[in-house]
Amino acid sequence: MKQREVRVTVNGREYRGSVEPRKLLTDFLRDDLGFTGTHVGCEQGVCGACTILLNGEPVRSCLLFAVQADGASLKTVEGLAPRPDQLHPLQEKFWELHALQCGFCTPGILLTAEALLREIPEPSESEIREWISGNLCRCTGYVNIVSAIQEAAKVLRRKQET
Amino acid sequence: MAYIGSRVKRKEDVRLLRGIGKYVGDIHRPGMAHAAILRSTHAHARLVRIDAEAARKLPGVIGVLTAADIPGMKTIPMRTGVIPGLARSQQAPLATTKVRYVGDPVAVVVAENRYLAEDALEMVDVEYEPLSAVVDTYRSIQPGAPQLHESTPDNVAANFQVEVGDVAAAFAASDLVIEERFRTNRHAAVPLENRGLVAEWDEGRGFLTVWGPTKMTHTNWRILSELTGLPQSCIQFIEPEVGGGFGARGEFYPEDFLIPFAAMHFRKPICWLEDRAENLKAMNQSREQKYRIKVGVKNDGTILAMEAEILFDMGAYTRTHGGVPAIAASAMLRGPYRIKNYRADVFCVLTNKTPVGTYRSPGRYEANFVRERLVDMIARRLKKDPADVRRRNLIRREEMPYDLGKHPFHYMVYDTGDFISQFEGALERFGYEKLKTARAEAQKEGRALGIGIGCFVETSGIGPWEYARVEIDTAGKVVLYSGCNSVGQGIATALSQIVADELQCSIDDVRVVHGDTAKVPYGNGSNASRSTVMAGSAAVGAAQKVKEKLIHLASANLEIDPADLILSGGRVVVRGAPERSLSFAELARLALPGPALKSGIKPGISEENFFATDKRPFPYGVHLAAVEVDKETGKLRILDYLVTEDVGRKINPMIIEGQMAGGLAQGIGGAILEEFVYNEDGQPLATSFMDYLVPTAMEMPRAQFVSTEEFPTPHNPLGVKGAGEGGITAAGAALANAVSNALGVEVTKLPLKPDYVLELVRQARGN
Repeated sequence: MKQREVRVTVNGREYRGSVEPRKLLTDFLRDDLGFTGTHVGCEQGVCGACTILLNGEPVRSCLLFAVQADGASLKTVEGLAPRPDQLHPLQEKFWELHALQCGFCTPGILLTAEALLREIPEPSESEIREWISGNLCRCTGYVNIVSAIQEAAKVLRRKQET
Repeated sequence: MAYIGSRVKRKEDVRLLRGIGKYVGDIHRPGMAHAAILRSTHAHARLVRIDAEAARKLPGVIGVLTAADIPGMKTIPMRTGVIPGLARSQQAPLATTKVRYVGDPVAVVVAENRYLAEDALEMVDVEYEPLSAVVDTYRSIQPGAPQLHESTPDNVAANFQVEVGDVAAAFAASDLVIEERFRTNRHAAVPLENRGLVAEWDEGRGFLTVWGPTKMTHTNWRILSELTGLPQSCIQFIEPEVGGGFGARGEFYPEDFLIPFAAMHFRKPICWLEDRAENLKAMNQSREQKYRIKVGVKNDGTILAMEAEILFDMGAYTRTHGGVPAIAASAMLRGPYRIKNYRADVFCVLTNKTPVGTYRSPGRYEANFVRERLVDMIARRLKKDPADVRRRNLIRREEMPYDLGKHPFHYMVYDTGDFISQFEGALERFGYEKLKTARAEAQKEGRALGIGIGCFVETSGIGPWEYARVEIDTAGKVVLYSGCNSVGQGIATALSQIVADELQCSIDDVRVVHGDTAKVPYGNGSNASRSTVMAGSAAVGAAQKVKEKLIHLASANLEIDPADLILSGGRVVVRGAPERSLSFAELARLALPGPALKSGIKPGISEENFFATDKRPFPYGVHLAAVEVDKETGKLRILDYLVTEDVGRKINPMIIEGQMAGGLAQGIGGAILEEFVYNEDGQPLATSFMDYLVPTAMEMPRAQFVSTEEFPTPHNPLGVKGAGEGGITAAGAALANAVSNALGVEVTKLPLKPDYVLELVRQARGN
């Protein structure tokens, strides 16, 4: 099949690739660029494990072709922490409050939550639940995830104030 | 520095949060090819012909395997749950003459990438001669029903009985006999990560390496050796990160043979990653049981006798678990109550559906639903409070250890506990009496509010043994090699807590290695809430032996009596003279072969330990649910929920509460949302997350989780009872009782989907 050129920015760095038009963005990120933190749970656009940010908006990378992301700026879980030896407040609070078990859904939920907190810095519990209702978690029962997002929101608000 | 009992943050988390943990799909080998499985589209058919020539010719395709390419293919053996008769319906990795469920593997396509492999799948031409399918267990055992296996003419894969006491006499002495039929819905573990494997064959060395999420690496290692004929010493299994287990993950499935076989056959590293549509047809399903049951009671509510006929839907084949869900259901059907006369007649029945295995709290979730419903029915018939009927029948503390009587396949002696105090504590915490008043007031306003109780006894910590080895390296770091596996539950953290406490060192200096057969020689894996119980007990023993060796080495070197040496801060220290000490690193260097052999000491600081037991602990507790039923839509709103469980001793309360919460979410899913529906021809109707609904954050309430440690078990050195299944086990029971209580009618099946709830609403209006 004819290959197409794709140019994307991932976590602030530019990458080029040559892909079949039918190649999913998930597979391009994982197999061609090595961003394996983006997980594939259903390939049906339901579970949300493959959620990344495309130009700042959460999207399901299993429902996009790589060619559709040409020219876009993407953020994956690998780009969430500011430095390799430091965690993002969301990651810190997920760790502290036991908001993950097997960790498979975690990257998608972290990115959804990051977008949520940028849009609504002080979300209510029901807003958090609604935002993450497109991300399935089979281990935690969500309770600690909701708490961790609430606590991370506080940390981020304090950071904004200072 | 007691780590045991503290809310220690998990050691696993940072790599998972950063997205750099390696799951099986993240493993790449040079020259790796990709496999896709062709699965039967018929529930029951004769395989007439498979023509893979066109697929083989497609550019990029490496090859296609059918049963004809695998001479002498053996069926996959049971590893547990063996009941006489079950072996007749074991599954061969590829269908040979017949397919028996939609999803039955027919061929394996290997290509340069997965896109090409899936292209080629569509070009394999399979000619089927369709046969009548049977999907219902009652129909399956009728004369003339379609027969799945020639070796099992009546579709009854196995049948066994449990008989305790004098059932006939007890029924004769009863004032009231209640008979009912119940059934539970087919649903499953459905971990978020699908299955997957990478296999690499080193032809020159004759060595096979397999990466894949398993819950029992060493068992799969042995089975693969048996099926391939390759000695275990020529196979290495490596467990990557695992995206959830819940019982279904990591059993030996057809693909666990097919992918390594294909790697050897095509001399290529091969990766296979299941997709969700496959997963919902191919991974073990569970929970489908039908009950005809009766209980005999006295007018005061005392239960005298119970008699049950249980039909357990096996699906199309016997898988590695054998009859575990049927065994567990029949063993635990009496739950926490004193029921001295009991009979169960259990049928493991074959149907043309996906084969069945265990799912978190196998058989017990189903049995709890049935029994707890019956207890509420007794209360209604005798016009008593359901709590009072339970108070009367709960086994008392002074009756422990309590022997339920012989079961042909299950350990049956409850170890320790006070079921009544646990029950009263739960009622009080939940505000049971207040809620009853609130319910009565709501009912007056026409609102259907209900309270549901589910009492349970779990069983955990299955033996018969577990392995551990503790080593100290020359950097002074402690390594625990454990025979357990991680399925995402945080076991490395819990085991590190145990070892760090025993060796009085920092938990940051303890590393846990598991799931690698080259590094850990023996293991029984992680299932049946056994990891902390069995692997924890094995680890504590190995750490004790290391402690002795450290003290012995330090004693010789410092010329101090061992009795005057203690472990503290990663060092061996002279009691009362802390300036005189040797670090673990210094001691490890003294134990290197050079110096050690000169001083006549066995080199290295490395101690093995096995922990063995045939007994099992029994955690127990209570589920309480308050729900409101929307009589217009049939939707349930969970107003409040409480789970309590006595786990003997808590290693990490945070992890335990996490297990309870996650279990409850799955329990709620199974009780109100999740169901694998099949049509009459055996076609599965739920093969995506649009049809198979798992709970989201919108369905999961903010529940209360209370774990207690009042009654440690005497069966292991830590006193732990296991905590993986209490959160799920009585969710169906409590929610069904709450809906029955809200509407004043009897729930007899799960799930409580809106259409069934509306049927109950109509029934209630009719009354």
